[in-house]
Amino acid sequence: MVFELSVLGLVFLPLAAGITVFAVGRWGPPLTIIVGLIQPFFAAGVARSIWQNGPSRYRIGGWGAPLGIDLHVDGIGALMVLMTAVVGLMVAIYARSYFATTESEPANQSSMFWPVCLLLWTGLNALYLSGDIFNFYVALEMLVLSAVALIGLGGKPKAVDAALHYVIYAVTASLFYLMGLTLLYSMYGTVDWAILGTRVEPNFSTRCSIVLMTVGLLMKTALFPLHFWLPAAHGSAPAPASAMLSGLVLKASFFVLLRLWYNVFPYEDLRAAGDFLGILGAAAIIWGSVKAIIQQRLKLLIAYSTVAQMGYLFLFFSIPHESPYFCSAWSGTWYFAVSHACAKAAAFMAVGSLAHAAGSDQIKDMAGMAQHQPVAVFAFGLSGVSLMGLPLSGAFVAKWMLLKSTLASGHWHLTIAILAGGLMAAIYIVRVLATAFAVDSRSVRNAPAPMQWPPLILACLSAALGLVAYYPMKLLEIGAPCSAILMGVTP
Amino acid sequence: MFGDTDGGYTVNWEHILPLLAVVSSFATGCIIFLLGTERVRTRTFLNVLGAVLMLVFVGFMLFGVSQEIVFQSRYSLAPGIYLAFHADPFSLLFLALSAILWLLTTVYAIGYLEHSPHRNRFFGFFSLCVSATAGIALSANLFTFLVFYEMLTLTTYPLVVHRGTGAAIRGGGIYLAYTIAGGAILFLAIVWLQTILGSIDFTEGGIITGIDDRHATSFRCIFTMLIVGFGVKAALVPLHGWLPEAMVAPAPVSALLHAVAVVKAGAFGIVRVVYDVYGVETCSQLGVAAPLAVAASITILYGSMRAVFQDDLKRRLAYSTVSQVSYIALGAALVGPLGTIGGVVHLVHQGLMKITLFFAAGNLAETLGVHKISEMNGTARRMPLTMAAFTIGALGMIGVPPIAGFVSKWFIGRGAAADQQWWVIFVLIGSTILNAIYFLPIIYAAWFKEPDGSWPHDHHHSRFETHLPLLVPPIVTALFAVLAGLLAEMPFSPLDWAQFIVSREYRP
Repeated sequence: MVFELSVLGLVFLPLAAGITVFAVGRWGPPLTIIVGLIQPFFAAGVARSIWQNGPSRYRIGGWGAPLGIDLHVDGIGALMVLMTAVVGLMVAIYARSYFATTESEPANQSSMFWPVCLLLWTGLNALYLSGDIFNFYVALEMLVLSAVALIGLGGKPKAVDAALHYVIYAVTASLFYLMGLTLLYSMYGTVDWAILGTRVEPNFSTRCSIVLMTVGLLMKTALFPLHFWLPAAHGSAPAPASAMLSGLVLKASFFVLLRLWYNVFPYEDLRAAGDFLGILGAAAIIWGSVKAIIQQRLKLLIAYSTVAQMGYLFLFFSIPHESPYFCSAWSGTWYFAVSHACAKAAAFMAVGSLAHAAGSDQIKDMAGMAQHQPVAVFAFGLSGVSLMGLPLSGAFVAKWMLLKSTLASGHWHLTIAILAGGLMAAIYIVRVLATAFAVDSRSVRNAPAPMQWPPLILACLSAALGLVAYYPMKLLEIGAPCSAILMGVTP
Repeated sequence: MFGDTDGGYTVNWEHILPLLAVVSSFATGCIIFLLGTERVRTRTFLNVLGAVLMLVFVGFMLFGVSQEIVFQSRYSLAPGIYLAFHADPFSLLFLALSAILWLLTTVYAIGYLEHSPHRNRFFGFFSLCVSATAGIALSANLFTFLVFYEMLTLTTYPLVVHRGTGAAIRGGGIYLAYTIAGGAILFLAIVWLQTILGSIDFTEGGIITGIDDRHATSFRCIFTMLIVGFGVKAALVPLHGWLPEAMVAPAPVSALLHAVAVVKAGAFGIVRVVYDVYGVETCSQLGVAAPLAVAASITILYGSMRAVFQDDLKRRLAYSTVSQVSYIALGAALVGPLGTIGGVVHLVHQGLMKITLFFAAGNLAETLGVHKISEMNGTARRMPLTMAAFTIGALGMIGVPPIAGFVSKWFIGRGAAADQQWWVIFVLIGSTILNAIYFLPIIYAAWFKEPDGSWPHDHHHSRFETHLPLLVPPIVTALFAVLAGLLAEMPFSPLDWAQFIVSREYRP
């Protein structure tokens, strides 16, 4: 009962609230925050039920496939909805104050933010709980639509331009995905990914569909070299929107990708392709970090850091299935995603507060911020700890797991990329912090408390996730493709 | 998840005390951040309370360990990874040193930073540093060590750049560049070791039992990486570059870097690797101990030589640290009980003497505006107590009996002689001569030369030669340095405790 209520609540509560807010604009902030306060409980309910009962399926209205919609929840889905709920709540609290204080932006943007934010939330939860690949498509389209609105929210020519570019790429990507989906459906007569997984045969058409869907999802996940749309889009959106886009939305398409690769496709045949994705991930780490180091604007720096951090997630594709550390790499990768979501959302929000205080987001204007805005700088620094992968952030534990598996499987190039990424992250983070510590005597605008504390809370969370990694990591293994192998083998 | 591996969890002091030692100063730091700069009294109270509490915890554990009680707690962080603490005699040696010096440095810092801005930030991070040091001292496996080692890096950075000047930010940048790179190497080495061995818990006598040829090269490689990772903080040449640059920090921070926490953490790590990870026998089988001894010797001589040519007092002291800390590594690398006693006890002795020197240098800078050795003529007439403490510290560094430094050098020398490694004796003699060359002229100038007119910034006139909180700590530490040498044979003296530690390592 709790499970059904929670699953439905996660999807339909933000949807209903979103529709209400479209109609009655001024209810936006309070209604979103109320939804935000309820969501973590639903998400915890789902996680608890998965913890006790293992992966669960739920037929909406009792219809069942092929007519009805099946929801499927396992460990990764449960942790992802929990992550979405917590990050979303903090962003909502921040956004209320952000739009109230940044008077320079057009007045109507805040009224648009709230319904779109709720829609985005619906899409994310629907995707993480979905049991078939067509619903993935629907949810991905919801995300594209709301993401475009969020990017263009600022209304400045640059933002509109970035939004337009994004919509073209994202729709193209969706088309790739849809073609692959159609191919699969025409061959196997089902869109339920669990059933598909048992029917899929390694023939030419299947390979075509794999390639099509993977390319589409890589474009959405902004894996190097398909990341070109990301910096402009995330760098020009308002701070709370960037926090949502960078922290949460990218994880959704990655989720679908991993679902397909490890639950549907016969991944034994995909080893070479997996190695290639791993190398692309390593390249993303290096390239994103280099670009982040040379940026002059803080928001672009954080955006390029996202390109680098997404690269870490793709290293997992290189880990061979029979490796004794496959399972720890699996949970490590997902825990990295969670840690990054908290850290990146915190970083974008902190940057929003700093940019508000300094009047611009040029790095050189951050001089003296450690004395003017200590809370925001502290939040930025702590989220930096997570981006660098230093203890005791979730990213540190995740990197430990990833390093272990790359070392054991002899992927030295990936090992080097993991370490180099951490060092380069240190360069771009410390560059900002060093500027912030400089003595400076100008007067700055003070950001209100709700613009300072939510980023700090999220940053603290990301920097301390390593301390509480035990249960989440166990949760991630529930329903994971490694569970069967791991029986009796504890590394 | 707390408790022993066999699952039983009961609330008892053996589990709680190590955690308390780490958490108490962490909590103090967090509260200080939230207090705001103006709440001076509350902050001072909290600071001193934290330091005193730490001393009490350490006292309990010292007594317990001497009664063979095992203090440990284990917390499963993620599948296969444990955050584990234990209080073995070596942990407590390091922890007791930091706890005592932390209390004195806190008193000193309160006096030193009076009226300067952002004191809550300073004292907050200062407390976090101590928490990190306690974590390093008490860690029971390499993972936990790494966690707190990195935490130490992060929490010292804001202290190094505290003044916010261009030089401070540059120094801080160099400091981070060295330490974060070192941390990354350490990270790789530890994970690699875990994939080979499975367990990375510190064990007396070493974890590695029996080397097959397949892993010998890997083990050598990992050993090198571990030493490089720790060597960065221990300022082994050529990884010492950050230490002189970090001198821009305020004097209490220099004391923290040089005596209480940072370089000590590196040296402590090296000893741990040689004795509790690899084990003495494995080290000699792999042939990695001799190169370490050579590296340490080069550092000892090189640091001393560079020190001779510095005119800036703090820079000279910094190069002296580079040299002196490597005695610890040298003692450990000699792979014999006597040398190890010398190295381990030098951890304490060097701390006591060096902190005295830095306190004194800070007093000169703060009271008279004297930063350079060429300005030090006649300073002892103006500040006799400070310079007396300085003199004791300097003579101890040279190795004049009965001050503590003599005891360490004596044991390292005996260890070398017992092992027929005569070249080490030459290193010791050479270093002693160099120490004399760079310390004696300072002492002579301070006591016997006439002052050259007025001091650069003499801004203190009161009953004492300087503020009381600045004056008392160096006198106390100098006294400790003398007592540690004079009473070396008494129970619970640093030497006695070092012998206790080493007797356990070489237990048949």
